[in-house]
Amino acid sequence: MTMAHALLRVERLSKSFGRHRVLDGISMSVDTGDVTCIVGPSGSGKSTLLRCLNWLEVPSGGVIYLDGVPVGMRWHKGKLYEMTPNQLAGQRQHMGMVFQGFHLFPHMTALENIIEAPMVVKKMKRQEAVQEAFVLLDKVGLQDRADYYPRQLSGGQQQRVAIARSLAMHPKLMLFDEPTSALDPELVGEVLGVMRQLAEEGMTMVVVTHEMSFARDVADHLIFMDGGVIVEAGPPSVVLAKPQHARTKAFLARVL
Amino acid sequence: MTTLPEEAPPAQVEAHDLKPIALKHPSWWAGSAILLVALASFVQILATNANMQWPVVGAYLFHPEILAGLQRTLVLTALAMIIGLAFGVVLAIMRLSKNPLFQAFSWAWIWFFRGVPPLVQLIFWYNLALLFPTIGIGVPFGPQFVAWDTNQLITPFSAAIMGLSLTESAYAAEMIRAGIQAVSGGQAEAAASLGMTRAQSLRRIILPQALRIIIPPIGNDTISMLKFTSLVSVLALPDLLYSAQMIYSRTYQTIPLLLVATIWYLVLSTILTVIEHRIEKYLAGDHLPGPARLQMAWLKRLMWRTGRVERVA
Repeated sequence: MTMAHALLRVERLSKSFGRHRVLDGISMSVDTGDVTCIVGPSGSGKSTLLRCLNWLEVPSGGVIYLDGVPVGMRWHKGKLYEMTPNQLAGQRQHMGMVFQGFHLFPHMTALENIIEAPMVVKKMKRQEAVQEAFVLLDKVGLQDRADYYPRQLSGGQQQRVAIARSLAMHPKLMLFDEPTSALDPELVGEVLGVMRQLAEEGMTMVVVTHEMSFARDVADHLIFMDGGVIVEAGPPSVVLAKPQHARTKAFLARVL
Repeated sequence: MTTLPEEAPPAQVEAHDLKPIALKHPSWWAGSAILLVALASFVQILATNANMQWPVVGAYLFHPEILAGLQRTLVLTALAMIIGLAFGVVLAIMRLSKNPLFQAFSWAWIWFFRGVPPLVQLIFWYNLALLFPTIGIGVPFGPQFVAWDTNQLITPFSAAIMGLSLTESAYAAEMIRAGIQAVSGGQAEAAASLGMTRAQSLRRIILPQALRIIIPPIGNDTISMLKFTSLVSVLALPDLLYSAQMIYSRTYQTIPLLLVATIWYLVLSTILTVIEHRIEKYLAGDHLPGPARLQMAWLKRLMWRTGRVERVA
């Protein structure tokens, strides 16, 4: 196969809800260490695309490869089979996901949220998991909030804990689904700051966002989606400065 | 239309120094007076009506026969709730499964056991021998390995446990299902995105949160169950009520012995109410740092943390 170096490769991905076609033949690839931002008007299918990448949404067609291995499916004796739920769970460990609504576990402290998956899924010892969790809390600037419950934290703090929780599984790839859309404007910066830092450290990231300045400054690739297709893609400097397509121009005129 | 002339406040008074004189509530006083009179006359009737035979009530309140019945009532309540809840969890998970056969089975089970009155069930189970003279273990449609005489398996006690716990299982399943569904879908997605299997997510993320929602109705059901157990008197099982009945059938002191049973039922349901409130408060105090959390820790560990440390080691 060509492009063997791509960490994530999406081929002709499509998704329909009933008769409504949300994704229509999406192909893209993400190299290790790349930050890809996906922008576009609401309803364009960006979030569905992101949710298909780790099979939270089961695609209607097409294949996703993570590290050259198909996601959600596996080859066996020359035939392609659907994965069992447990096999899928094993694969999802490699793709961290950060949600618009944070989805921290409300019955656990920030620390417990972070050590949960390493202990339950990877069977890591509590002590070891706690040590790692404190390193991650430090990274997101919340070491002093370890024993706080989610409802005692601001939205920005919750989202930073959610990022640390995903990082605790050492994913190869981080997916961000509009991570700052549910935040008060003054809290957006702290979350974007953490994401910027992650990008600098070389984390591979796919980010669905409305934050155009983040996309411009941090992204290696910018994808503009509309109507379930990729309308335009390329380095952000090119796409933002010289959009080729009329739909891209119209969208950028509204948001910039 | 006339408006009241606005009265000017007296001079040299700052508005924020003032506290308005509290409103009088004459209707409260009138209502309270009526209630108090009614209550007083009720107490007077209770105290002075010789037919109540309070001395007899006192004499039988701690009678060994009554205490044995009390114990049986408690055992029945506890067993029926435990078995009912265990079945309920399984039924709720089946009901939420994507497998249509599981769904249908669970639906039919709930439909049947919620629809048939527990009293009918008790009598039915007690007379199971009329339907199946023997009960055995073997291959379906094939040979039997062991068989028992149904009349030996079905005692008043086992019939009572079956009738009560199967009824409870149907109600518990619906409660647990509602509790699980009330936990937001985002929680399951977050767990899945971390690589947790469905079983791990259910045990560690969904059920602990659902529990908080389910505890109040479970408490309610436990109190209902305490009272439902009095139905077993039709099977001549000497629970609290039947023990009282047995005594008054000998002594003809019907009212005082019914009072004895009433007092014990009230005492037990009060205790259960207090316990339920305590648990609810503990679970709600979960979000507080510090002491409230520490108090909570043992309960949490008991309910959904057991075994993990050992397994990891």
